[in-house]
Amino acid sequence: MFIPHTPEEREAMLKAIGVESIEDLFADIPEKFRHPPKIDLPPSMTEMEVVEELNALAEANDNVRDHLLCFLGAGAYHHYIPAVVDHVLRRGEFYTAYTPYQPEISQGTLHAVFEYQSMMCALTGMEVANASHYDGATAAAEAVNMAYHVFRGKRPRSVVSPFLHPQYLATIRTAYEHSEREVVIPEVPLDAPPEALAEFIDEATSLVLVAYPDFLGRLYDLQAISDAAHEKGALFGVVVNPLALALFKPPGEYGADIVVGEGQPLGIPLSFGGPYLGVVTTRKKYVHKLAGRLIGETVDSRGQRAYVMTLSAREQHIRRARATSSICTNNALMALAATVYMALMGKEGLRQVALLNYHKAHYAAQRLSQIEGFELAFPQVPFFNEFVLKTPSPVKDINDFLLDHDILGGYDLSQDFPQLDRHMLIAVTEMISRDDIEFLAQVLEEWVA
Amino acid sequence: MSRKKIREPLLIELSVPGRRAVRLPEPDVPEAELPKHLLREDLPLPEVSEVDVVRHFTRLSQYNYGVDIGFYPLGSCTMKYNPKVNEDMARLPGFAYIHPLQPEETVQGALALMYHLQKYLGEIVGMPGVSLQPAAGAHGEFTGILIMRAYHRERGEHQRNKVLVPDSAHGTNPASSAMSGMRVVEIPSDERGNIDLEALKKECDETLAGLMITNPNTLGLFEEHIEEVVQVVHEAGGLVYGDGANLNAFLGITRFGDMGFDIVHLNLHKTFSTPHGGGGPGSGPVAVAEHLIDFLPGPIVDIVEAGDPPTYGFVWPKKSIGRVKAFHGHFGVMVRALTYILMLGQEGLRQVAEAAVLNANYLRVMLQDTYHIPYNRLCKHEFVAEGRWPDAPGVRAVDISKRLMDFGFHPPTNYFPLIVKEALMIEPTETESKATLDAFIAAMKQIAREARENPELLKTAPHETPFGRVDEVKAARDLILTWFDWEKEG
Repeated sequence: MFIPHTPEEREAMLKAIGVESIEDLFADIPEKFRHPPKIDLPPSMTEMEVVEELNALAEANDNVRDHLLCFLGAGAYHHYIPAVVDHVLRRGEFYTAYTPYQPEISQGTLHAVFEYQSMMCALTGMEVANASHYDGATAAAEAVNMAYHVFRGKRPRSVVSPFLHPQYLATIRTAYEHSEREVVIPEVPLDAPPEALAEFIDEATSLVLVAYPDFLGRLYDLQAISDAAHEKGALFGVVVNPLALALFKPPGEYGADIVVGEGQPLGIPLSFGGPYLGVVTTRKKYVHKLAGRLIGETVDSRGQRAYVMTLSAREQHIRRARATSSICTNNALMALAATVYMALMGKEGLRQVALLNYHKAHYAAQRLSQIEGFELAFPQVPFFNEFVLKTPSPVKDINDFLLDHDILGGYDLSQDFPQLDRHMLIAVTEMISRDDIEFLAQVLEEWVA
Repeated sequence: MSRKKIREPLLIELSVPGRRAVRLPEPDVPEAELPKHLLREDLPLPEVSEVDVVRHFTRLSQYNYGVDIGFYPLGSCTMKYNPKVNEDMARLPGFAYIHPLQPEETVQGALALMYHLQKYLGEIVGMPGVSLQPAAGAHGEFTGILIMRAYHRERGEHQRNKVLVPDSAHGTNPASSAMSGMRVVEIPSDERGNIDLEALKKECDETLAGLMITNPNTLGLFEEHIEEVVQVVHEAGGLVYGDGANLNAFLGITRFGDMGFDIVHLNLHKTFSTPHGGGGPGSGPVAVAEHLIDFLPGPIVDIVEAGDPPTYGFVWPKKSIGRVKAFHGHFGVMVRALTYILMLGQEGLRQVAEAAVLNANYLRVMLQDTYHIPYNRLCKHEFVAEGRWPDAPGVRAVDISKRLMDFGFHPPTNYFPLIVKEALMIEPTETESKATLDAFIAAMKQIAREARENPELLKTAPHETPFGRVDEVKAARDLILTWFDWEKEG
């Protein structure tokens, strides 16, 4: 399958090589390692049969388009993706290319990534964006790594807010446990604003990293914590939901030095958690410590404007063991998705999507908190499209009941915050209608009754 | 900017105030009050129409070269044909519209898919434990080194912090090791292109954490002393890590596990036909031998309740190094890889390796009289030629590569591996026909003639592409990294 050779061609090629058989081409592999015992794989299937098999697997899932009403977010969001996005992604010229090592025949990818970098900087208020990272979690880990390298290891500590996505915190811990990088995740009261981290910043701190909105959906003014980080000479980093930045003050305006985040809300399907888009942006002065590919503008030999991968001396293929990061393959096609999405939405559309999220989430918060036994956990703190609802019984029980009504309930916060037993993180995007919210409210009322 | 000729405007240049592409519904709920102190003032994004967007990106796509257009012998990248059905499968609503945190009982199909992919990949490399979490090859390497470190620490051998890497290794190997705080020591290659055994032995001491080795190596050669290499490292208490970038040559022929490897990462975007996406996303699952299963990053999928069908669920390995990314890995890439594996089956996978090796050797033999091949022996999936001739001074590998574009081919990998001067690393893959290979051979031979007769033709190439040679020095000097940098440039 997918091998074009006829038996005659194969013979001709073997003859040209000067061997008798295909077997001879593997003569350099010691006999004892050749031809493993029967590998336990199913027999080959035709495309028709595989489609049936995969369809059956896909249909064994309840999806949020056809079966479930989705109020689950927690780092992955069900948004509308305009048709154009996937049509562009499906162009073989884009998706069957690799890293644009040869700029003369890669201007499509290079030009699009330059636009991605530009629009991502517009959104975050930063000056430089890399061509993409794996996802939000690895981008957050990269921020820690990058700050460490900005200070050449002389400031080994990162102070990381406990209100980052728990899986991002876990990823950071895995990456830097037992390394020279010290990650401090202070215990602060649940209702403490970001500036509560200030007392943990010292002269050994290279980075203070907070989330905006944080994992609990909350939006705080970041000026005080940004100032506190800078007073001690540390960098200030922010993990964002880029869609929220269509409406809210970008971290760049708070003086952030590194802004990272999960680009999935920008036109990338849920797809059971990946592939998504790691966003990594910074100030131009730190560009030499930035991980990953970077596209710059230049000209070609005919005087035409052109784009090319630049500053590659930062990267592993040149610097090897001295590179800041080992990233090579990135998530370029997802960056293309975000680029097309941002282009389609544009200045006004993106703001409108963000507003729809904001209004619907606030309506839902108000409606649900009227139900007996339910209340908002942080009623005084602004939020974007996700909020914490205190529930009268364990979230798992409620979610089981909701699932019986084809509702995918919010995230059970007791998994990560023992203090938030009986607290649910609810996401409301533009995909949710007023009727959907009413339905959720009625099912919850039924539960209470 | 006006001084430059512009083939395709940027979105910002297409922008007209007030123009819109997507219309959105009016809110069906009362509008909530906005926190004024937190709002942004301006969002400087372009304003274009839907037709603008479609034409812009369609035109851009035409400035790209992909496997769908032609031969892409980019060494070590395994640019094989990406079956179209893979794309359709990944977009089935039951895969594309499921949330990573849905209750397990609502995603049994997805979990079954991951479970079987873990099993099949484990079978293919001969190792019982697999994590699908790593996002790409380098991420898999980083994960593998963390597993290595966790294993030694658990045994109380904290001093083991040295990772050996052959000088032919891909740059990600030393970089991934260094990222996890390991000390990297490079081991030279011998005259046959194998790792130098004597040099290796000298470094095998009580600080050895392990060896990272690519097999077939980046010269496309099978490591002839692999058995002894593994033995030497194991005797010193180290682990052997296999970079599976070149697994295409081994499918159904031989297995890392049988050779005694402890850890290996695979590249689904190379060996298993998932598209490279203009740079990614990839997927870099890590497979381990029995004694390392408990250290795998979590969660992994297992059968949590027997039955027909069984119930699948996420489980955490007992001594897991933790999680290496959010959620479960690049699921959409896994769907494509499983589709491919099911279509091929065991027999088909072996045929892939056979045809890939046949194609590589055919090219090697047909080009060996024209291009110097420093390690010229039976190769596996690829080989490395020198892009220079004593009687064509001034012509470099890059000139050959640029000239190849005029013949409608993507160039080979340039300047890697570092141990070959002016390297041209050529990997045809199994999906290319003899006719394509013959056309490539003819082009390579013509270029070799041109190098002597008309070197300027090479130095100024490409001529037939929409863009001529791109000025990389200017890009690095001017550093225009966004369209906001224009004003500063003046």
